[in-house]
Amino acid sequence: MPETERNAPALRADTASPPFASPPDGPPLPGALRASMLLRCLAIQGSWNYEILVGNGVGFCVEPALRQLPGGLDGQPYKAALARQSVYFNAHPYLAALAVGALARAEVEQVAPVRIERFRTALCGPLGSVGDRLVWAAWLPACSLVAILLFGFGWSPLGVVLGFLFLYNVGHLGLRDWGLRNGWKHGLRVATALGHPVLQHGPRYIGRVSAVLGGLALPLAVHRAIGGQPPLSPIPMGVAVATPLLAVLLVRLQGRAEGWRVVLLVLAALVLYSVVR
Amino acid sequence: MTELFAALVPLVPVALLAGVVGLDVVSFPQAMISRPIVGATLGGAFLGAPEAGLVCGTALECLALESLPVGASRYPEWGSASVVAGAVAAVGATNSSFPDVGAFAVAVLVGIVTAWIGGWTMVQHRQLIARFARPRLDQLAAGSRNTVVGLQVFGMTLDLVRGVLLGGLMYCLARPVATLVNAFWTVDEDLSRAVIVASVAAVAAAAVWKDFHAISGTRRLFVVSLAVGTLLVVAGA
Repeated sequence: MPETERNAPALRADTASPPFASPPDGPPLPGALRASMLLRCLAIQGSWNYEILVGNGVGFCVEPALRQLPGGLDGQPYKAALARQSVYFNAHPYLAALAVGALARAEVEQVAPVRIERFRTALCGPLGSVGDRLVWAAWLPACSLVAILLFGFGWSPLGVVLGFLFLYNVGHLGLRDWGLRNGWKHGLRVATALGHPVLQHGPRYIGRVSAVLGGLALPLAVHRAIGGQPPLSPIPMGVAVATPLLAVLLVRLQGRAEGWRVVLLVLAALVLYSVVR
Repeated sequence: MTELFAALVPLVPVALLAGVVGLDVVSFPQAMISRPIVGATLGGAFLGAPEAGLVCGTALECLALESLPVGASRYPEWGSASVVAGAVAAVGATNSSFPDVGAFAVAVLVGIVTAWIGGWTMVQHRQLIARFARPRLDQLAAGSRNTVVGLQVFGMTLDLVRGVLLGGLMYCLARPVATLVNAFWTVDEDLSRAVIVASVAAVAAAAVWKDFHAISGTRRLFVVSLAVGTLLVVAGA
């Protein structure tokens, strides 16, 4: 069973019952606070380590909101809330913004600490698995393939780089901002936001588009990278035969040999042969 | 002395760029300037050969498609590595030219090796942060703002330094090798380029297949679009 599904009941149980819930629609996140928290979310993994993972980063991102607590920076509620938010936490860095928004609102509304802690624990699994599937396994490879396709179409270095960065970051920054706003909006009911169709079905659709992009991009990019020789001459024909054969071999070797290690060996042999002979 | 200075002139921007791009991999801001196609193009552009950097970056991007940067797993650090590779690919190249084949081969090799070492340095970096945080856990439990912010700043600064050192060191080692290999390269240039490109493209094709084959219909879509892409190449010739 996917991790998302395993964690979903726990998350629902922790957030849906009335004593745990924030009001359905909270006030909108003030602009300055939103900008400050969003900027900090870009550095959420700044102190990532094997003991508390992204925990300190969550505390760092939530901190501007905690200043609204009674007593401000020197108040006991501020210190207690910051301590609660700076312990172990694990999530995908982009979707962690959803947790940051929800936890910030819960702290500002001074929800009982034990409920915040349970909610925080329940969020880890879903935010990790949904984010990994959507961003690392779907959106990033899709944008990479677009960049390779642009290279294959003969775009300039500036065009390829800007095209890739623009496309990727529309999704990246959009997801972080959406997460922060929806986390704040839904508070402890944030599980409803995780049911968003893009999070649930996005990877499947992006995967299909990526398959098309990959198929189109590779022949065009290979043709340009080998110097744009006539496609029916011996070397391009050889590449057209050798590439799929090697790809099939790599798929069959899955788990036993990573592709970059194979390329390392091939290129080392080529360099040695060419220089030493 | 003048020669030493001349050698250091490209080293400084390459090392600094490797630091900034290495920082992007995990710590800040993960905007993917650390993807090889960006990092290597910038590395090449810094030394006056953006086209060579782009070609090298595309080759490394094909390899990077295979390794997903998931969570706590150890994966190659392509950010600093691609800057070094792009800078090495610029050896002997001009503004709008493709990389020389010897430099191209060395650049891709150096990119892979640096990415592998970079992955190891990331593990060390994470362990160092944990070691730095351990004596401060009481302050964290007391809700100390300075400790929370200090840990973030420490982690990011250390990551920047890691990238600068890795990039600078690898560039220093690789640049003379690329110059030497360029000078002594004997295999036919077109054939050599074909071997490099075919091997990285095969990794990309296998990665696309492995990443998406579980989604219904994608295998057929991939094969059909591969045929269409090949036809486009033939028709465009």
